[in-house]
Amino acid sequence: MSGGGHGRAAGLAPRLVDVIASDVLERVLAGAVSTGADFAEVYAEDKRSTSAGLDDGRVEQVTSGRDRGAGIRVVAGETTGFAYTSDLSEPGLVAAAGAAAAAASRGGGGVRTVGLTASEPHRPNTVERDPDSVEKAAKVELLQRMNEAARSFGPEIVQVSAGYGDSRKQVLVANTDGVLTNDEIVRTLLRISAVANGDTGMQTGYQSMGHTVGFEIFDTVDVEELAREAARQAITKLRARPAPSGAMPVVIKHGTGGVLFHEACGHGLEADHIQKGASVYAGKVGQQVASPLVTLVDDGTMPGEWGTLGFDDEGHITQRNVLIEDGVLTDYMWDFLRARKDGRAQSGNGRRQSYQHLPMVRMTNTFVLDGPDDADDIVASTPNGVYVAKLGGGSVNTASGDFVFGMTEAYLIENGEITEPLRDGNLIGNGPKVLQDIDMLADDFAMGSPGTCGKDGQGVPVGDGQPTLRVKSLTVGGTA
Amino acid sequence: MTRFESELQVVADRVIEQARPGEQIEAFVTRGGETEVRVYQGDVEHFVSAQSEGVGIRVIHEGRTGFAYAGTLDEEAISDVLAEARDNVQFGTVDEWAALAEPDGVAVTEQSLWSDELADYPTDRKIDLAKELEKLASGADPRVRVDDSNYADAQGESAVASTTGIRMSGRENGCYVSVSTLADDGEGDAAETQTGFGFSVGRTPDEFDLDRAAREAVDRATRLLGATQPPSRRLTVVLDPFVTAQFLGVISSTLNGEAVVKGRSLFRDRLGETVAAAGVTLVDDPTNPKAYTATDVDGEGLAARRNVLIRDGVLEQFVHNSYSARRAGTVSTGNATRGGFAGTPGVGCLALSLDPGARSQEELVADVDDGLLVQQMQGLHSGVNPISGDFSTGAAGLLISNGTVGAPAREITIASTLQRMLLDIVEIGGDVEWLPMRAAGMSLVIRDVTMSGS
Repeated sequence: MSGGGHGRAAGLAPRLVDVIASDVLERVLAGAVSTGADFAEVYAEDKRSTSAGLDDGRVEQVTSGRDRGAGIRVVAGETTGFAYTSDLSEPGLVAAAGAAAAAASRGGGGVRTVGLTASEPHRPNTVERDPDSVEKAAKVELLQRMNEAARSFGPEIVQVSAGYGDSRKQVLVANTDGVLTNDEIVRTLLRISAVANGDTGMQTGYQSMGHTVGFEIFDTVDVEELAREAARQAITKLRARPAPSGAMPVVIKHGTGGVLFHEACGHGLEADHIQKGASVYAGKVGQQVASPLVTLVDDGTMPGEWGTLGFDDEGHITQRNVLIEDGVLTDYMWDFLRARKDGRAQSGNGRRQSYQHLPMVRMTNTFVLDGPDDADDIVASTPNGVYVAKLGGGSVNTASGDFVFGMTEAYLIENGEITEPLRDGNLIGNGPKVLQDIDMLADDFAMGSPGTCGKDGQGVPVGDGQPTLRVKSLTVGGTA
Repeated sequence: MTRFESELQVVADRVIEQARPGEQIEAFVTRGGETEVRVYQGDVEHFVSAQSEGVGIRVIHEGRTGFAYAGTLDEEAISDVLAEARDNVQFGTVDEWAALAEPDGVAVTEQSLWSDELADYPTDRKIDLAKELEKLASGADPRVRVDDSNYADAQGESAVASTTGIRMSGRENGCYVSVSTLADDGEGDAAETQTGFGFSVGRTPDEFDLDRAAREAVDRATRLLGATQPPSRRLTVVLDPFVTAQFLGVISSTLNGEAVVKGRSLFRDRLGETVAAAGVTLVDDPTNPKAYTATDVDGEGLAARRNVLIRDGVLEQFVHNSYSARRAGTVSTGNATRGGFAGTPGVGCLALSLDPGARSQEELVADVDDGLLVQQMQGLHSGVNPISGDFSTGAAGLLISNGTVGAPAREITIASTLQRMLLDIVEIGGDVEWLPMRAAGMSLVIRDVTMSGS
């Protein structure tokens, strides 16, 4: 059972559509609304994953995981009942549907029949080599190659940790509106972190790559280069000086600052925050909310990107949504419940972490389109400020608009030139003000690293991207 | 966990009975349930009721480790998991320290973490609690709205068995209510909204203090209305208890034995040296029943215990699980952590607290000439590097001038390094609060921190 052609010892998973027949789904859904609810939905998933971790020179362990189950949602008026189960048999699904219906119950009753129509497949991604069919040894070898590349980059590198992960998730969504979708999402991920040691203490570098494609990604991605980049970052920071403190112009390198828009306005454009009046962008459609340079898009259909899906987690086909056009707010992002309440169409932004979670409005791949400027000119026309070459995570308070994000590789700009490296720190700003303060936008668009977006306790994979840009004033949280 | 003879123990036992000669096997089996009610404007917005279960199996053979898990206790699935874990063994690197924990004879301090009353608590009353909290928070101040009001409870049961002689099962349950608030002020361009939250936790709903949760949610949202961005400068910060608990959470990662043996802790070579101001004593004590994360055993099934990490400013020890302890040439401190069946045990502090001082927050503030009472930190995950020690986080709070709390401040960061902040502790408050996290909070005064603003 080991070392053979298959990556898995326990064989390949059966197709979810063969596990749960559509007549079973029809009966479960009809039962779920038999006590008077107006909507019911079954979300089933079967996810198989493999991960491997290398740390301190050793492959510590390979992990195989299996998560399988169904979440059943029943909506009666404004109330949602939700239950989940790992039992995908008809009795298991009926029991969960009963629990969800009881939770949403408002009395009433009646008999409804449900007829499901399968949607045409929508597969923005192409998967050539299913990671499940790749030998585990090949996955572990990637980590060893990265470890060696990072350590041989310089004697200052004292520690390296690297991780590999893949997953293949089958998703089936059926609801009482007759929707029946099947989707399969394959993910491959690599990350590496390096620690450098010097007279000034230890510093860290981090790189990652993740795509919704198969193992063929490693035919084209140079994993050693990824490792060397993490090592270079850590070593560069050994001679970093404390970051400055206070408000100043900040230039953000292309392909690293998408998280700025994710936090500065993305979350604030989610319709759940809007409908509760908990966003600074509520009531502002049609208004100029950003610099005229800014066109912001959320697109769940970009082939191979980390936030890409065929259908969202409510069975709605993903699409490209323009949120801000030339600085004017054009629309928010919508899921089923929020769109129903406003009597409008969903936008393919209903997502959830797993079958154990309720869906809500989430971003997919969120990015800003190219502007008119040249990246080098942006730096050259900035007398003094900070150049951020790599951003870390961030977070936002959607109601006040205040957001922070970390810089993990940054430099001083002095007299229009990038000079000394800076130690890590946070930047803080207010979303609506920062959007207006973007005064230069380059024409060098690039997507960023894979991200996990957290909201209300749920994490979902998201992508982001942006060209090099300048914010004329942001508060840099250093000590100097 | 409170010890309890669970039927899951049989499932775990059955897995390890299949061990082959030379193999170490550990099975961790868990089952749990949760209820979550969210209320909005007097109606139930959602009600979640769910059960889940799973098994994680670790196999060690000739120094190599393999692991697999599944979110089901289906018998066929469990044998697949064991087969996968065994298959994964061959891809691990030989590690001379790889081994499972062995019983160490340390006596367990029993905890009562299970309540039959909560397990039998009626659903309607759970909904009523969330509705009542919403009403309390929305009626307190005309500027305040409620974003959501929640009741949640969870119960879990788990068993671990290993071929090295660990055999332990237990269960626990708990509940909380929470409310998120929005406070609005001003109109047109001057309109602003601030947010707040309040919560109360308990082993049973009888322990809730709804009035206090509502009051705190209202205070947190309204006290920042009208906040402005002050000019950058160095000043003294007084951390609110909730913020101190978050700060201790960051400190804990530098005292983690795994980070130490892998050279990632900035204190790795500092045992026996002064790392904090005199009078600073930091203790990890999950046997304290007041701790929200109190437990009688750790993630490997060893007795949880009280460990003094920093005594009067001197670094005394790190926390270890059995693996990091073996590598460090010491014994486990009972600090194995386990996130669930889907992972192997890590290392971490379980219930941290500073030895409290005697004075109240008001008394501490009275001694500060130019300072900031920090009521919120934002972006700890993005602006703090526990390996280099760089500390920079978004903050909001009230400015302190000549011993008096004054105007609210926002859109600021506070920055220093973890090394300096520990040495710059001026005083620890006496206002200990056990919060729903792995650390207790109390007011904490730290001098010479950089505030970045306008």
